[in-house]
Amino acid sequence: MSTSSPNSSASKIPVPALATIAAALVGLSIVLAFFVAPEDADQGISQRIFYFHVPVALTAYACFGWGALKALLLLWKRDERYDLESYVAIHLGTIFGVLTLATGSIWARASWGHWWVWESKQLVLFLVLFLFYSAYFMLRFSIDEGPRRANVSAVYALFGVVLIPISFLAIRLADDFIHPIVFNDRNELNMDGTMFFTFCVCWLAITLLAYSFYRVELLGKRLDANLRDLREALA
Amino acid sequence: MSSGEKYVAAAYGVVFVAVLVYVVIIAAKLARLERETAELAELARKRSSGG
Repeated sequence: MSTSSPNSSASKIPVPALATIAAALVGLSIVLAFFVAPEDADQGISQRIFYFHVPVALTAYACFGWGALKALLLLWKRDERYDLESYVAIHLGTIFGVLTLATGSIWARASWGHWWVWESKQLVLFLVLFLFYSAYFMLRFSIDEGPRRANVSAVYALFGVVLIPISFLAIRLADDFIHPIVFNDRNELNMDGTMFFTFCVCWLAITLLAYSFYRVELLGKRLDANLRDLREALA
Repeated sequence: MSSGEKYVAAAYGVVFVAVLVYVVIIAAKLARLERETAELAELARKRSSGG
């Protein structure tokens, strides 16, 4: 099994430095969200959920997309390294998907008075995307480790990528509820400049946090594989 | 605390707990890897001293 790490410029940043920057940015995000960004005139304090809910949702989409890209690279270049990278990205996408559903439900309850609305296309489509990638793990672990599992998992991950733009666009095209959007149809900001700045910092913080998790999880899994090889060699 | 404040605290709390759980899982995994590495180092030492 190939356990070498990719040699891109982003992967050269040491994990401790990356995690420190992510933690500092998350702290700054909380300060901005609670003490700097003005209170929304319409929704009041519950609008502050937006600063973490939307970046978490965007990060979930990014993780699923990244997992699909790595799956494509696996099928194209036939390098086993991409199988682990695709799996880790989808694993993190699922974690961020759970957080999106949880924070979204809490915000829906605070704003609309309901935890979940089945008639709402954007909620249901995100749930479909989440369940699709949750089933990825059932498929993956039902097949023995090896090239067949890597190929089947990669093909499944690639199919799911179609759902990402549908789920994302549903929020903009939905006509059932007024789901908040950052930019309106004329590409104008739907919020105050300070609110938008806070949102951007939160987005960067959550993305970096997810990337730190991705690197840490990859390191752990590669170390695990190397130890397994070493154990077999010593046996 | 108003109901709006409770919902905001719950939403941020969910994210915080998730990050905390993730860190605990990673820490447990690192502890296991450290233990396995020590076992393998011990095995390698025995091999080298035993010929």
